[in-house]
Amino acid sequence: MENILTINNLTKNFGRITAVKDLSFTIQKGNVYGILGPNGSGKSTTLGIVLNVVNKTSGDFTWFDGNTSTHDALKKVGAIIERPNFYPYMTAAQNLKLVCKIKGVTTDKIDDKLEVVGLLDRKDSKFSTFSLGMKQRLAIASALLNDPEILILDEPTNGLDPQGIHQIREIIRKIAAQGTTILLASHLLDEVEKVCTHVVIIRKGVKLYSGPVDQMNASYGYFELKSHHMNQLKDWLASQPSFGILKEEGDKITAFLNEELEASEVNKKAFEAGIVLTHLVKRKESLEEQFLQLTNNQN
Amino acid sequence: MLRLLNIEFHKLKYSRSAKVISITYFVLITFIALIASIEFKFGGINFRIADQGIFNFPYIWHFNAFIAAWAKLFLAIVIVSMMSNEYSNRTLKQNLIDGLSKKEFVASKFLTVIAFALISTLFLFCVSMILGLSFSDYTEIGIIFSDFEYIIAYFVKLLGFFAFCMFLGVFVKRSAFALGFLFIWWVIENILYALMKFKVFKGTTIADSIIQFFPLESMGNLIKEPFTRLNFIQSAANQLGESFQKDYGVHWYQFLIVLVWTSIFIWLSYLLLKKRDL
Repeated sequence: MENILTINNLTKNFGRITAVKDLSFTIQKGNVYGILGPNGSGKSTTLGIVLNVVNKTSGDFTWFDGNTSTHDALKKVGAIIERPNFYPYMTAAQNLKLVCKIKGVTTDKIDDKLEVVGLLDRKDSKFSTFSLGMKQRLAIASALLNDPEILILDEPTNGLDPQGIHQIREIIRKIAAQGTTILLASHLLDEVEKVCTHVVIIRKGVKLYSGPVDQMNASYGYFELKSHHMNQLKDWLASQPSFGILKEEGDKITAFLNEELEASEVNKKAFEAGIVLTHLVKRKESLEEQFLQLTNNQN
Repeated sequence: MLRLLNIEFHKLKYSRSAKVISITYFVLITFIALIASIEFKFGGINFRIADQGIFNFPYIWHFNAFIAAWAKLFLAIVIVSMMSNEYSNRTLKQNLIDGLSKKEFVASKFLTVIAFALISTLFLFCVSMILGLSFSDYTEIGIIFSDFEYIIAYFVKLLGFFAFCMFLGVFVKRSAFALGFLFIWWVIENILYALMKFKVFKGTTIADSIIQFFPLESMGNLIKEPFTRLNFIQSAANQLGESFQKDYGVHWYQFLIVLVWTSIFIWLSYLLLKKRDL
């Protein structure tokens, strides 16, 4: 598979603080990647380094096959970092025209891209009159101008109202459906879960995991169970080798699996042991739970 | 190169304040012509400035270059803000992400500075030519184009000054503070000069030979004040028993000092930009 971005042992120190520590991962064409991590974990710093605005301390990264200089490679990349930055005194169209000049592409796609983000009717309004949601959408339009090989989004829904968040997500989904590689940095797990196929998890500048979302934990999921005889149920679950950790939450017992096990099997076995279940649900961990497990394991 | 100029021109074109200040600047230079209309009575004699030889070739090159250089402060505002606004709007970051290299960024700004200096010089040349041809007592080609080094000195002076402004814009990142810093720097240079001249090296010319290497002083040195060169001022001084012994010329080493400063400022701007995390 074609590599778009390769990062090798990247490290960044701000004075005595290490923001990114020995980070390595690869972005391949066609996947949607999420970079996950709590606030201040080094996500934005990493993106800043590969986007030429933050100087690395050591390590290296290569765009595409490493044959182009970083700033030439960036002409094939679309990126939005934290906050939309444009010239406040120019209109939307004038700002995009400037981006075209910098990227060295023709200006005939401006209207198309403004259409994609729903700003075509405001193309002649000054940037300073835009709301935050509109500014963010203009930033996406600007990142799409060169039909980029990869779209990098750093916290694209930060500070937006629910409607704005929804709009941005719809746009991202649309772009992902067209087969564009996307790298999405976020601390909002449901956001990443909804669109990403792969994740890179960072905490305090250290990589905890990188790979497909569904292989993040060697986990078989868990059951939520209820019965009229809770103590009996609990003793029985503890005696079964298929179950690992048991947790009592409210009137439910959560039992984590050590191996693959079907719900029907559990129901049958419990009934044979004389326990009648009133509630039985099999679940896979959500990304949030997996994430918390993973970050806690490292403590 | 044209691409970089084009990018920078696009940024300036839509900024109303940059446009207003630049136009004011050029209008101000044309106002030199207004000096021609100054008339006053002195001891019963009608006195017309234009008739006193200030618009005579080749003196006019010196005189106009000196007067027009004051207007550079207007363009300084434009240049300082075109640098510092990139920081305050965070558009510098966006430019880099969009694929402009830091070198290209500095180059686009410096090319604009050269363009500003060049246009100003051409403009001044035209204004002086027109004024000279209408008021000068001598209009032979040989005389017209003598002392032409003052026009070149004007160009170099602007180039150096604008490069300084550009550096301050990058260094301070806020236009108001950068302009304040420019003023403070000017004060510092003068205080240092006064200290050396009247305290440390009292009664010698060592102070002058040191101060000529300072950035603003070296730019000021390129075109010295032209007033005491005028005939009527000199004769007035003679009557008072004074005479001016001054070197009004433009020397190659003065060019060199300013050009060295220019390259230092551009290089420092680039270095700062390269080292900073945005």
